[in-house]
Amino acid sequence: MISKAFKRALWVFHVNSGSCNGCDIEVIAALTPRYDAERFGIKLVGNPRHADVIAFTGAVTSDMAEKVKRIYEQTPDPKVILVVGACGIGGGVFHESYHLEGPIERLIPDATCVYVPGCPPRPEAIIYGVVKAWQFLEGVEKK
Amino acid sequence: MTGDLLIMTVFGSIGIAIFGLFFGLVYKGIDRKIVAHMQKRVGPPIRQPFLDVIKLMNKETVLPENAVGWMYSMAPLVCLASSIILLLYIPMGGLDQVFENGALLGGHGDIILVLYLLIIPSLAMVAGGFASGSPFATVGAQREMVTMMSYEFPLAVVIIAIVWKLSTAGGDVFSLSLIAGNPIWNSVGLLGLIGAFILLLALVIVTPGEVAKIPFDVAEAETEIAHGLLAEYSGRNLALFYLADGVKTFAMASLVIVLFFPYNISPVLEQYVALGDFTILVDFLFFLLKVFLVLLFSVTLVRAGMARLRITQVVSVYWITVTLIALFGLVLLMWDNQFDVGWF
Repeated sequence: MISKAFKRALWVFHVNSGSCNGCDIEVIAALTPRYDAERFGIKLVGNPRHADVIAFTGAVTSDMAEKVKRIYEQTPDPKVILVVGACGIGGGVFHESYHLEGPIERLIPDATCVYVPGCPPRPEAIIYGVVKAWQFLEGVEKK
Repeated sequence: MTGDLLIMTVFGSIGIAIFGLFFGLVYKGIDRKIVAHMQKRVGPPIRQPFLDVIKLMNKETVLPENAVGWMYSMAPLVCLASSIILLLYIPMGGLDQVFENGALLGGHGDIILVLYLLIIPSLAMVAGGFASGSPFATVGAQREMVTMMSYEFPLAVVIIAIVWKLSTAGGDVFSLSLIAGNPIWNSVGLLGLIGAFILLLALVIVTPGEVAKIPFDVAEAETEIAHGLLAEYSGRNLALFYLADGVKTFAMASLVIVLFFPYNISPVLEQYVALGDFTILVDFLFFLLKVFLVLLFSVTLVRAGMARLRITQVVSVYWITVTLIALFGLVLLMWDNQFDVGWF
């Protein structure tokens, strides 16, 4: 029972770390009646202290870099980062911009990241990413 | 004799605590399911709150650097404990035949005590919010205090009105078992009936404020102030607040039932079938149904149909609108005693 604690009760905190808002709309779409992520116990919370998964959308701008690190540190263990969209992986269409601090894995090297590619990814893909995240968290529990 | 009482109190309290925690979470699950269906979603399974609590118990519990440690850690325990203590005093259908004075400690406390006990969970949350040393939590704590001050007055008016109506009959009118034994609907004329309906309406509006649900959840507004009071709480502490919320909602619904719907179904059923030993079980199931209906109309439907009010609006709704409604109901009850309007 305890090893499956995370399976049906993942709370996600959504951070816009410099996104064009395309992925944010898709994250919200995953909660709408059409996809209804809450039926799997996935809930959007308004605070990193309550979260199991932090969903970052967008490439990380220099303004957001410090905040991204702080939000990661504020989240209680065990935690997983969900990188939504192509920008968080390699910069996407903004990859040549002067104000980018690079992908999240470079900012927080010891974090576990789950990547959802796409520009923007479909809501099904985001839900699938969260499923991957909970498989990781269950692995943490077994250890 | 004293030993028996002690043993019964200790084991009874543990039993009622488990019972309260269980049904608090069950009603939370039902509430989420119904809201989901109203929004044309499938919604989480009814056991979802149990899964949430188990998960929170497995998370790391963070103690913020600039928090007042002991107060920060005590607040969730006090909040949960005082919510459970509420259940020891409020008579519940079916169980009131098991215990002597309606509830486990029924003979030792009255409705004024329950009124004060209802404040303690909120006060514990306020203390925890101030102690967590986060600006979001501080704003949340201030909002919680303002909300508390707003809904206490109409709630007191409703309770005073019912007690005053009973006082014309005499006896220890503040005792909860006496209130449950003499439903207000039985002793009123036409004016009093309208007055009692108005008081019920006021109490139904007070309930979501008391249990911090939309539209009165300004203190825990996740979108505005990052969960407010609970901003810094995580892991085990958050789970305790989660449980306390469920228990307090259940206790508040039980209080509404004691004040307005204390009827049991067994006297009606006895006319058709002999219930025998099943009387307690039947009455208890009927009580659970009543709790469900109260929560459906005062929490779930309101929550699904409304948006969150601003803090200023919460104050004006409670201090002006609901207080006036409740006072009007009180006046109608008094007129009912003075003038005999009759039934048409």
